[in-house]
Amino acid sequence: MGTELLRMTAAELGAAIRAGEVTSVAATETYLDRIGEVDGDVRAFLHADREAALEQARAVDSRIAAGEELGPLAGVPIAHKDVFTTTDMPTTAGSRILEGWNPPYDATVTSRLREAGLVILGKTNMDEFAMGSSTENSAYGASHNPWDLSRVPGGSSGGSSAAVAAYEAPLATGTDTGGSIRQPAAVCGLVGAKPTYGGSSRYGVIAFASSLDTPGPFARNVLDAALLHEAFSGHDPRDSTSVDAPVPPVVEAARHGDVEGLRVGVVKELDGEGYQPGVLRRFHETVELLEGLGAKVVEVSCPSFDTALAAYYLIAPSECSSNLARFDAMRYGLRVGDDGTRSAEEVMSMTRAEGFGPEVKRRIMLGTYALSSGYYDAYYGSAQQVRTLIKRDFDAAFGHVDVLVSPTTPTTAFSIGERAADPMAMYLADLCTIPTNLAGNSALSVPCGLAPEDGLPVGLQVMAPVLADDRTYRVGAAVEAALASKRGSALLSESAYAV
Amino acid sequence: MAYDDVVRAYEPVLGLETHVELGTASKMFCSCSTVFGGEPNTQVCPVCLALPGALPVVNGTAVESAIRLGLALNCSVASWCRFARKNYFYPDMPKNYQISQYDEPLCTDGHLDVTVESADGPREFRIGIERVHMEEDTGKTAHVGGATGRIHGADYSIVDYNRAGIPLLEIVTKPIEGAGELAPEVARAYVRELRDLARALGISDVRMEEGSLRCDVNVSLMPVGGDEWGTRSETKNVNSLRSVDRAVRHEMERQAGVLEAGQRVVQETRHFQEDSGSTVSGRSKEEAQDYRYFPDPDLVPVAPSAEWVEELRATLPELPAAKRVRIQSEWQLSDEELRDLVNADAIDLVAATVDAGAPPAEARKWWLNELSRRATETEVPLSGLPITSAQVARVVALVEEGTLTNKLARQVVDGVLNGEGEPDDVVEARGLKVLSDDSALGAAVDTAIADNPDAAEKIRGGKVAAAGALVGAVMKATGGQADAGRARELILERLGVS
Ligand SMILES: [Zn+2]
Repeated sequence: MGTELLRMTAAELGAAIRAGEVTSVAATETYLDRIGEVDGDVRAFLHADREAALEQARAVDSRIAAGEELGPLAGVPIAHKDVFTTTDMPTTAGSRILEGWNPPYDATVTSRLREAGLVILGKTNMDEFAMGSSTENSAYGASHNPWDLSRVPGGSSGGSSAAVAAYEAPLATGTDTGGSIRQPAAVCGLVGAKPTYGGSSRYGVIAFASSLDTPGPFARNVLDAALLHEAFSGHDPRDSTSVDAPVPPVVEAARHGDVEGLRVGVVKELDGEGYQPGVLRRFHETVELLEGLGAKVVEVSCPSFDTALAAYYLIAPSECSSNLARFDAMRYGLRVGDDGTRSAEEVMSMTRAEGFGPEVKRRIMLGTYALSSGYYDAYYGSAQQVRTLIKRDFDAAFGHVDVLVSPTTPTTAFSIGERAADPMAMYLADLCTIPTNLAGNSALSVPCGLAPEDGLPVGLQVMAPVLADDRTYRVGAAVEAALASKRGSALLSESAYAV
Repeated sequence: MAYDDVVRAYEPVLGLETHVELGTASKMFCSCSTVFGGEPNTQVCPVCLALPGALPVVNGTAVESAIRLGLALNCSVASWCRFARKNYFYPDMPKNYQISQYDEPLCTDGHLDVTVESADGPREFRIGIERVHMEEDTGKTAHVGGATGRIHGADYSIVDYNRAGIPLLEIVTKPIEGAGELAPEVARAYVRELRDLARALGISDVRMEEGSLRCDVNVSLMPVGGDEWGTRSETKNVNSLRSVDRAVRHEMERQAGVLEAGQRVVQETRHFQEDSGSTVSGRSKEEAQDYRYFPDPDLVPVAPSAEWVEELRATLPELPAAKRVRIQSEWQLSDEELRDLVNADAIDLVAATVDAGAPPAEARKWWLNELSRRATETEVPLSGLPITSAQVARVVALVEEGTLTNKLARQVVDGVLNGEGEPDDVVEARGLKVLSDDSALGAAVDTAIADNPDAAEKIRGGKVAAAGALVGAVMKATGGQADAGRARELILERLGVS
């Protein structure tokens, strides 16, 4: 029963719970047991609360028993990135400075998960304040990639990707600022989507870079990702940057992976030199696969993408240097040096020195510098101009193609420790994903095979215009179906933690 | 240096930055209440406490107020502008940045005309308005322990975030030149005019004593006939109209003294000392703050449509300057009488009393004499007295219809100020009606005649002037409630001389 239940997709599990074939309590217990079994190795969770999760499951079961109409994911367990505030669980954003903080309010995404009847198993590990691509920047230690425990699960939402890949949860939430959902999804063999900026609410998401942060779903298949996307997205009056428009029809698109006649652009700048050969090989095979399914493939040039990484590493640190100013020991979180002899400023300074990790400090310093008078125009100002150019490249491209594709990451999962001492190497992990964050449009990563040289998952990134998220799911579903029929089995069944 | 010498040698250049706390029901970026005086930290939420993850949402009413003030100040309203973050660390600022506006203010380039008295009669000055922008207030820190209540020597500090996030408008003037010796009065007249404008628009209660109107005064001097401005000082903490005047005057004198001594004026922040009327240097080590302004990515641009701006323009009430012109002509006031009304801050109160039915002369008399005296005695502004214009109008009406004498009317006003209710309630409760009914009055008259046979005899003999003594006796016996005229008639009637 246990293994069978773990193998079910979220959609199947939700249907079984609604049909009364299985209870949410049973599903939740099964996943909690799985967490107990494997999380000592994978270290996906920062916090899992058996009693709190079962309590939620019992509540959903009684809502179902009372005949309440609930959504397709009611009763389904989920792993929640520790960047979303939760009233019943601590929220740390992977930082020492927030250790033990119990938020008095739920993030909008959290509330919507609860309304949809999802059962929050616990909070997942992440790079501190979502700054990183490996979870190695977490103050609580790195998570491990279930395909190979010596490798990173990606980041910053690496706890979420590790949890779903290790069958510790059928679904997980993430946030994507420069690739923090798509990159971990790719290196863990999962589906992960970055919705259109403003398509999902940032209220209650501990901010990294406000103009880039976008909550999105992780799942083991495209339909499940779409169902989760739909469950927590949509307009939120508490977030001024939230888009007041209907959620794109992602579930419908995920059910009909038809690419016949779809115009697909291969981004010239995200292909070729510097990429792992096996990644490129799987990518090009997938493009051919799409062509075989009736898509019209053309090469598209987006020249400004070459400057995206540099612009990102000015804009994101600038915003974070201001966003993280609030962690000052005054109202919540860590407080260091408050022995009655020191001034508030000294306590702030000591707390920040001790509470933030090196990568966070590096970015605060970078951003502070980039916003300084005399440097603003050259750094932050120029980066904003690059951002405009990137938007124009996307607009021009989407003038003649429906979607753009690229590898999600230049390489498969790298080894823990391999890039920890080299920030630039780490930053390159987000090379392909960053342009979408800067432009605010939608993208999705879907598994497209295993790299021949290391047997690790490779992701295909599908990018679509603003509020055309459904196109990414349509292509994702087509690739998923074609790959499954080609391989004869799901990719994840080859993982070391397959069930 | 004596003021006369200062203005002979130097021409002052002023700049005023005024903060007006808006009277919106909720804060600038969250739905917390803005009511003044609540228990500390009871009007707070995740947004205004800057809890991790919380996000601001712009209060539309505050934007509306800003646009209306901008229009009243003859400004252009931007069709698109943004909020910016002003980054600096301070314990009472929850986010450690203030959401403000930087290079894209909502309203720009306006003016406000003010009139001041000079030796040659009234002079009008046009004050240029550089900008009106929106921002949020900080919390309030109190230092506990130590002798001074200041941060140095305090045992600890406590912060109240109720005020954090209250909407503020900052109104910045263009440099004010050419005011010469009238500079202090011009500064004061400007702040008064701005205050009255905000009050007329109903966007703020503009109480300087509660801090809902705060003023920073920039002053610099240049030699008379020169064309290069001197170094300016910025004086903060100027919290009354009188202080505006005094702060400008003091800074002019102080800077002239510095210059005369052959030294240089330091560009610095200074604080106004209410008790001594002087300014003291803020921080000795004035570091140039770099606020690292950048557009707030949490907020979308404010883009008021031309139609909306015109709709708001149509909601502007009669502005104070127009009101003064109208009232002077309607009530036929001399320039001097108008000036007295303006200086006493009584114009709105008198106008409202007139609107409630009182004749202008009576309304003016009550507010400028009796009530001004009470306000001075109790050290509250005239508008802070616990009596409404409608209540004053009712007292005036009671006098006019003969129910009250002026003396009784003052007692009724006492009662109202004392919280005893409406004027009619006070009349009833204190039994203050004039005795005009003849039976009651007749008894008092009879007693007075019986008690004063000498006076009665004189009257009978034709010395009518002696009736005054008997009227006095009647008034005394009735506790002042008698209608003196009627009492006199009755006395003469009883003594057979009418
Ligand atoms: Zn609030």
